[in-house]
Amino acid sequence: MSALSHTLTDSLVITRRNLIKVKRVPDLIVFATLSPIMFVLLFRYVFGGAIELPDGITYAEFLLPGIFAQTVVFGSTTTGASIAEDLQKGLVDRFRSLPMSRSAVLIGRTVADLGLNAISIVVMALTGLLVGWRINSSVPEAIGGFLILLVFAFAVSWMMALVGLLVRTPEVVNNASFIVIFPLTFVANTFVPLESFPAVLRTFAEWNPVSTVVQAARDLFGNQPDSVPVADAWSLQNPVLYTLIWAVVILAVFVPLAVRAYLRAGSR
Amino acid sequence: MSDAVVVEGLVKRFGDFTALDGVSLTVAEGTVLGLLGPNGAGKTTVVRILSTLSAPDGGRAEVTGLDVVTQADRVRGVIGLTGQYAAVDEYLTGEENLEMVGRLHRLGKKEARTRAGQLLERFDLTDAARRPAKTYSGGMRRRLDIAASLIARPRVLFLDEPTTGLDPRSRLGMWEFIADLVSDGTTILLTTQYLEEADRLADRMVVIDRGKVIARGTADELKAQVGGERLELTVDSVKGLATAADLLRPLALDTPHRDEQTRRLTLPVTGGAATLAEALRLLEGSGVALLDVGLRRPDLDDVFLTLTGHAAEDAETPAEEPSR
Repeated sequence: MSALSHTLTDSLVITRRNLIKVKRVPDLIVFATLSPIMFVLLFRYVFGGAIELPDGITYAEFLLPGIFAQTVVFGSTTTGASIAEDLQKGLVDRFRSLPMSRSAVLIGRTVADLGLNAISIVVMALTGLLVGWRINSSVPEAIGGFLILLVFAFAVSWMMALVGLLVRTPEVVNNASFIVIFPLTFVANTFVPLESFPAVLRTFAEWNPVSTVVQAARDLFGNQPDSVPVADAWSLQNPVLYTLIWAVVILAVFVPLAVRAYLRAGSR
Repeated sequence: MSDAVVVEGLVKRFGDFTALDGVSLTVAEGTVLGLLGPNGAGKTTVVRILSTLSAPDGGRAEVTGLDVVTQADRVRGVIGLTGQYAAVDEYLTGEENLEMVGRLHRLGKKEARTRAGQLLERFDLTDAARRPAKTYSGGMRRRLDIAASLIARPRVLFLDEPTTGLDPRSRLGMWEFIADLVSDGTTILLTTQYLEEADRLADRMVVIDRGKVIARGTADELKAQVGGERLELTVDSVKGLATAADLLRPLALDTPHRDEQTRRLTLPVTGGAATLAEALRLLEGSGVALLDVGLRRPDLDDVFLTLTGHAAEDAETPAEEPSR
């Protein structure tokens, strides 16, 4: 077998292992989906009435792509915590002493987390449909919308993998990523239109890739009516391209860094 | 008989701390080497280098003739590793754990399953095979961990403190399993803090302290180096300790060791029971109140006292492998 097919089989074995955990600890998936449902309902009914939107768009349609993006980005943080846990429990040592592919543990982890994120999106989309969100575009465009969310989340997973390998304590990984991810998902067009932001924050938000993921999803789901203008920034005018560039750059930088950190990681 | 493991002048540093300072050792094929030393001596560092987890800063190491640095991938194919912490996935069942490791060793699906079944049976885990490892006791996890390291029939097995933290009954059981492996012809390098354990399992021993080899040989050779019997007394006061040391000095082959904290006096002696009786006679009427007195064979503590001048548990103990 070639090195590539080794990597594929080993990655599958590890992905399967990670998904078995989800099956054995159903609470994981329950809470992973309950919190986005809660967010959908909270924003839709608590803040929805207070947030000013241009005519021609309902808050449910504006909100759901934002919630999707926020949830998958947060979902990606589990990659870091899970890898830190494997390190702590000596499993990374075991894997590294096996004649297996050097990147399979990380691939298996990020792919499993991609699967979890896909489940979260399905649950949120169904909840969204119940509270008034609609897809107003074609099937291929809608699929594109879900894909770009997942591609971006997959890239973030690799960033988190590196964080997990360097920080090595699952609780600390969670807290550290919260501090970074929370502002990133809020200083964006996730929940409120950018027009309400002060100038400096607004520029940051326009170029924040979370904003462009959200914008790309809105465009692809048909949740951005032509009557509602989008900011002039190039990033928001070309959100799909801009987001994909980010995803590719993140992967190009963090895949090698994470694999290197994995090969050097010791337990404790 | 050829050597399955050859280590020459191994050096490993973590920042300013030198964990290994020129360690050399060999393990003949089909034999067991006990690597002994207190916490922080460098035992785990040797095992991590031999199992390709950590790269040495100097010296070289070979496993079945393969260099652990330049031929690391092939080394991984012939070794099994059981670390200090049972590295099993607690959400997977015992069976799933073994099959996963088997698959990662590139065994076919069917072969991995067959091997898993055999090992579960051999390690008394058949009844628990379908339960998540989370529900296992400490002893069961260790057994599962060792079973995992055996799945691809390794030629060389590294066991890093395989019984640390186990209750006495599980420890005895583990010794039997290890003895079984040896009779199958597996070469084993075993680290331990217990001389008794090495005594029971190892053909030869290497004692390291602060990254250096301080003694090597068979159990008998080591004990001979340390000397024979010890007369050990515990008295009721520090003053009594000094008095007893003076009175018994003529019986001791070497300077008696006084431990003021435990008020224990240890003297290397010969002559067995007669010496014990003589000691009691010398102390009679001295006013020293004896709480305990006895003769015993040397143990690892004595090896350390004799070879290094400090007791095993007194050794300064920097983390075995400080985290970066």
